[in-house]
Amino acid sequence: MSGRVVVIGVGNPLRGDDGAGPAVVEALRGRVPDDTVLTVSDGEPARMLDLWRGADTVVVVEALRTRSGRPGELHTLTPEEVAGHPAGTASTHAFGLAECLALAEALGRLPQKLVVHAVEVADVALGAGLSEAVRSALPELTDRVAARVRQAYEGS
Amino acid sequence: MNPRGTRVLRLDALARVEGEAALHLRVDGGTVAETRLRIYEPPRFFEALLSGRGHTEPPDITSRICGICPVAYQMSACQAIENACGVTVDGPLADLRRLLYCGEWIESHTLHIYLLHAPDFLGLADVVGLARDQRAAVERGLRLKQSGNAILEQLGGRPIHPVNVRIGGFYRTPAPRELRPLAERLRQAREDALETVRWVAAFDFPDAVYDHDLLALRDPGHYAIDSGTPAVIAARGGPRAAREFALSDFEQHVRERQVPHSTALTATLDDRRFLTGPLARYAINGQWLHPVAAEAARDAGLGDPALGAICDNPFRSIVVRAVEVVHAVEEALRIIDGYAQPPRPAVEVPPRRAVGAGATEAPRGLLYHRYALTEDGTLTGARIIPPTAQNQTAIEEDVRRAVQTRLDRDGPDADDEELTLLCERAIRNHDPCISCSAHFLDLTVERT
Repeated sequence: MSGRVVVIGVGNPLRGDDGAGPAVVEALRGRVPDDTVLTVSDGEPARMLDLWRGADTVVVVEALRTRSGRPGELHTLTPEEVAGHPAGTASTHAFGLAECLALAEALGRLPQKLVVHAVEVADVALGAGLSEAVRSALPELTDRVAARVRQAYEGS
Repeated sequence: MNPRGTRVLRLDALARVEGEAALHLRVDGGTVAETRLRIYEPPRFFEALLSGRGHTEPPDITSRICGICPVAYQMSACQAIENACGVTVDGPLADLRRLLYCGEWIESHTLHIYLLHAPDFLGLADVVGLARDQRAAVERGLRLKQSGNAILEQLGGRPIHPVNVRIGGFYRTPAPRELRPLAERLRQAREDALETVRWVAAFDFPDAVYDHDLLALRDPGHYAIDSGTPAVIAARGGPRAAREFALSDFEQHVRERQVPHSTALTATLDDRRFLTGPLARYAINGQWLHPVAAEAARDAGLGDPALGAICDNPFRSIVVRAVEVVHAVEEALRIIDGYAQPPRPAVEVPPRRAVGAGATEAPRGLLYHRYALTEDGTLTGARIIPPTAQNQTAIEEDVRRAVQTRLDRDGPDADDEELTLLCERAIRNHDPCISCSAHFLDLTVERT
C-alpha cells in the first residue's frame, strides 16, 4: 500500500483510549481527497515501514501518555520530538513509535515528511470505547489531521 | 553485593517481549529460591466478553486478542464452533485456511527472529542496533516478514486482524490467478528463509538443557499447523514415543490453576511441567517437515528430524523457528500450486446445543478454544487457553536454571544487570505473547 499522503491511525480499539488513532481515521473518511491512504496499524515497526513505503507525507495519529497526565490534550510532534519520548511513556505499543522511527532512520526509510498528531489518554484498560476526555478532543484532532492532509496536497 | 545474602530482582516490564509481563526473582545465598513470571493476560477478558454473543462472532472477536497472531485465534475459534455444530471444513477451503496460517507463521516467526530475538545473540540492544550493524540482514527479515503479510492481505482482506475469515470458511475465496503473484513472492521468500536459517545457526548458543514434557498437535503425514490430535513426549529419561489424548479431554489433561502472583493461570499437563511451541512441534512432527526444511535443519546442526531428533537447548529455539519458516513457505507454495477455487466460499454451520473444542498450532504453541452453544447459537461459555499461559511454568523453570547456572559458575559474581539480561533472554527463547496488553516498558531492578 502506498500513496502520496498516508494517514496511519495507531492503536487498539479494545484498549480504551488506545483506540483514538483508529477512531480518527474512521472520522476522516469522506473528509480528505480520495487518493489519501487511510489505514490503521498496531504500530508494529515492520508494518509501519510497509505502510509508508513510497509516501511523500505521512501523518501518524497516536495515543500518548505523559507523566503530567492531562487527558484529551492534543500534541503535534516531529520525528525528532517522538525520538525523545522513551517507550513506555509515549506509546502503548509493543515497540514505541520512537523505536519504529529509529529503525526507519537506520534503514534509510524515513518518509520525507512525517508528523505525529497525538492525544493524551485517560484510560487504556481492556474494553472498547473512548473516555469522555478523549472523545470530546476527537473532533479537534480530526480537524487538525484533515488540515495537515490538505496542506500536503497543496504542496506546502 | 553479598553473594550470601538475599537479593530480589524485579523486572516490572520485559523488553522485547510481546506485551506486558513482569518477573520477580529471589536469590538466597547462591541459590535461586523463587522465580515468578507475572502476566497480565487478556484472554480471560475475552472469555467474559464472548458470553451471550452469537456463534458466528468468536473468530472476529478473539482475533483481537493478539495483533501478531490473530489467525491462530480465528482458526482455533472456527474449529471449536464447527466441532460443536458437527461440521467439518475440508478440501480447498481447509487448504486456504492453512495457507493463511502459513502467512502468519512466516510473519510472526520472522518478527520474533529478527526484531526481538536475534539482538540477544549479537550483543546488541535492539533491532535498531542490528539495523545499524547488519542492515542487509534486517532488510532480509523485513522482506521475508512482508511475504507472510502479503498472504494475510490477500486472503484476510487486510494485514492485521483479517476480516475475510468466517466459520465454515471465508466470505470470499480468491481465483487461482489472484494467488499467482504470491507464489512469485514466496519463491524469493524461500531464499530469504534459507538464508535466515544459515544466519541464526551461526550464532553462539549458551549451554542449556530443558527437561519439560512436550505438547503439540500431531497429524501423521503433516507437520501440524491447523489440525491434529494433542500428543505428548515425556521429558528426557521418559518414553520418547508420543502418546495422544482426545481434544475433547484437553481440560482433563491440561489443568490451569490460579496462583497468587499472576492474573494469568498457570497450567500443568497431567500434573507435570510442559512446553508447547516450536521445540515441541519439532520433536513431535519433525519427520513430516518438507524436505527442503528438513535439510536446512540438518545443515543447521539440529540433528535429523526424520530420525526423531529433538532440540533440547531452549536458546536454539531461534533455529527451529527459522526452519519452521522454511516449512511454512514450502507449504504455502504447495497449496498455491495445487489450488482450485471451491464452488462456494463457506459451508453452512447451523447452530445446535452443544459444546465444541478446537486447537491449532499458533506460532508460539498450541492454542485451545472451547465454546458452549444453545440451540440458536448463543454462546453460554467460552474457554481460551493460549500457549503463553501453558508455557508459563516451563519459562519460569528455564529462567531459574539459567540464573542458577550463572551463579554456580566460577569467576566474578553476576551483577543485577547481567542477571536481568539473562532472565530476559531465557524468556525470549519462548516468544511469549501477551499481546494487546498495553506495552509500557520501564525496567526496575531492586535489591534487598
